[in-house]
Amino acid sequence: MKVLVAVKRVVDYNVKVRVKSDGSGVDLANVKMSINPFDEIAVEEAIRLKESGKATEVVLVSVGSAKSEETLRTGLAMGADRGILVDTDEQTVEPLAVAKILKSVAQSEQADLVILGKQAIDDDCNQTGQMLSALLDWPQGTFASVVDVLSPEKVNVTREVDGGLQTLQLRLPAVVTTDLRLNEPRFASLPNIMKAKKKPVAKLTLSDVGLGDEVLTPRLTVKTTQEPASRQAGIKVGNVAELIEKLKNEAGVL
Amino acid sequence: MKTLLIAEHDNKALSPQTAKALTAAKQLGPVDLLVMGYECAAVAQQAAQLQGVEKVLLVEHSELTHQLAESCAETILAMASGYTAIVAAATTTGKNTLPRVAAKLDVMQISEVIEVLDASTFKRPIYAGNAIQTVTSNDSIKVLTVRTSNFEATPSGSECSVESLTLDVQAGPSAHISDQLSVSERPELSSAKVIISGGRALGSADKFQEVILPVADKLGAAVGASRAAVDSGYAPNDWQVGQTGKIVSPDLYIACGISGAIQHLAGMKDSKVIVAINNDEEAPIFQVADYGLVADLFVALPELEAKL
Ligand SMILES: Cc1cc2nc3c(=O)[nH]c(=O)nc-3n(C[C@H](O)[C@H](O)[C@H](O)COP(=O)(O)OP(=O)(O)OC[C@H]3O[C@@H](n4cnc5c(N)ncnc54)[C@H](O)[C@@H]3O)c2cc1C
Ligand SMILES: Nc1ncnc2c1ncn2[C@@H]1O[C@H](COP(=O)(O)O)[C@@H](O)[C@H]1O
Repeated sequence: MKVLVAVKRVVDYNVKVRVKSDGSGVDLANVKMSINPFDEIAVEEAIRLKESGKATEVVLVSVGSAKSEETLRTGLAMGADRGILVDTDEQTVEPLAVAKILKSVAQSEQADLVILGKQAIDDDCNQTGQMLSALLDWPQGTFASVVDVLSPEKVNVTREVDGGLQTLQLRLPAVVTTDLRLNEPRFASLPNIMKAKKKPVAKLTLSDVGLGDEVLTPRLTVKTTQEPASRQAGIKVGNVAELIEKLKNEAGVL
Repeated sequence: MKTLLIAEHDNKALSPQTAKALTAAKQLGPVDLLVMGYECAAVAQQAAQLQGVEKVLLVEHSELTHQLAESCAETILAMASGYTAIVAAATTTGKNTLPRVAAKLDVMQISEVIEVLDASTFKRPIYAGNAIQTVTSNDSIKVLTVRTSNFEATPSGSECSVESLTLDVQAGPSAHISDQLSVSERPELSSAKVIISGGRALGSADKFQEVILPVADKLGAAVGASRAAVDSGYAPNDWQVGQTGKIVSPDLYIACGISGAIQHLAGMKDSKVIVAINNDEEAPIFQVADYGLVADLFVALPELEAKL
């Protein structure tokens, strides 16, 4: 079974981004970038499938600028076998376009399972995996907290849903998106980081994956990007009695 | 210019999320409401009472019992022609299904809309709510999910027609095995007026139960948790509040032993009144709290419970 994992380069989750004062976007100059945390979980899950003998190869794919190679190397250092970078230069690539590109890669790689993060922590869209699944006409198991490959034909996926958990059985090939509690990603050891530098990363253009530039035409035009309404810090109360008194008489919420 | 709103329900009752999503959907024009499920006629009756719905479309089929994404998306697509917008609440069900509809229609989904400016222009949060984008969709059909915590519920009190449709729903490529749903007498997090949440500081599931729940009971509150508390097994996953958990905006949110990471704030900073109880006076949660109490929660909470 071949597993394909989609990894996106995003602003590190510890960074509190700043909105540019002219409303043109967020300031990404000199900001630390990392692999999307959900994608790191996706890579970890794929590697575990390989370690347990269920997967034969783990291939990572990233869509973005040449800098995304760094993101691929992070996953290769964790233990993935090789990477594919679909170079779209510095352009913003919307989830629909990413899904179209991933579809093409999944087909040419003849992947049996594609694992994505449930959400990229920059655009917070939570849609690429579902779109990919629809475009491929493959079943989907989103927001996964357990992935149990039963046979080369079947996978059980336990999903985190609003009311608790739900378990589905998917026919393979299938698309899975990861939730936070699926696993705890490993740290790459120094020797593995060194080894990852030598692992193959194929650099492809859009035409290499059979798509034209029009796939990147944005469907959404971003008019402005603003700061959210900010909240002022309130007061400190001295004790529980004072807290209750304030909530009753000042805030009126008790 | 007509909008199709997808109802959120469990075959028995209409979720309060639908009335909130309806408030957003109505800003786009006339709204039909689609109820998909199995033996869910009662849901359609409740939906028909929401003010301003033109008609309720009811599709009942055994393949729709668990509202799996593949068959729900196909059902929506079967009736998509004639609508210029397709809307659902940004619940796990809406988020699971709607991007499939968008992809098949070859349009971009606009996720987690917090404000409708006109029929094609919307505000949505990015970077865990640290920035708000205003986007215009250039697609002919708008597919959007609505962050319900930003919209008031449309009241009930009218009656529109319910149209039952017969649709041949195919068995999809995935099968439902089981649900492990939490049963609780407490209010639901996403619609609760008061929420008390616990963080890593609780230290164990037992302590979480022992210290947080009695206060929740006194306040008639829903219970939330930080990711750290959920990851450590102190609280179930559906209690997680934050960027990647539930987004809530109650009248009163009490954060206990939660530091206030941006991912947690993303889920609760629109609450009307925020109380933080934390023994570290430097904890970032105090920067958003209206009332901060620097105290050991194991002392403060039992006292609060006793005095309420
Ligand atoms: C991709 C991603 C998504 C995430 N999504 C979410 C999300 O949706 N929701 C979420 O919550 N987090 C999320 N996180 C995690 C987030 O970054 C924080 O790690 C988490 O919120 C911390 O939880 P906490 O505040 O309970 O724990 P801590 O940060 O450890 O804080 C514990 C607090 O308890 C206080 N304390 C300790 N003992 C006591 C005592 N006796 N009395 C009173 N106070 C005490 C401490 O002073 C401290 O402030 C996400 C992280 C990532 C990377
Ligand atoms: N540019 C990209 N390159 C590779 N994978 C991506 C890209 N954008 C999104 N993804 C995948 O899709 C998931 C969901 O992203 P989103 O729908 O944007 O929230 C991410 O966690 C990634 O696994």
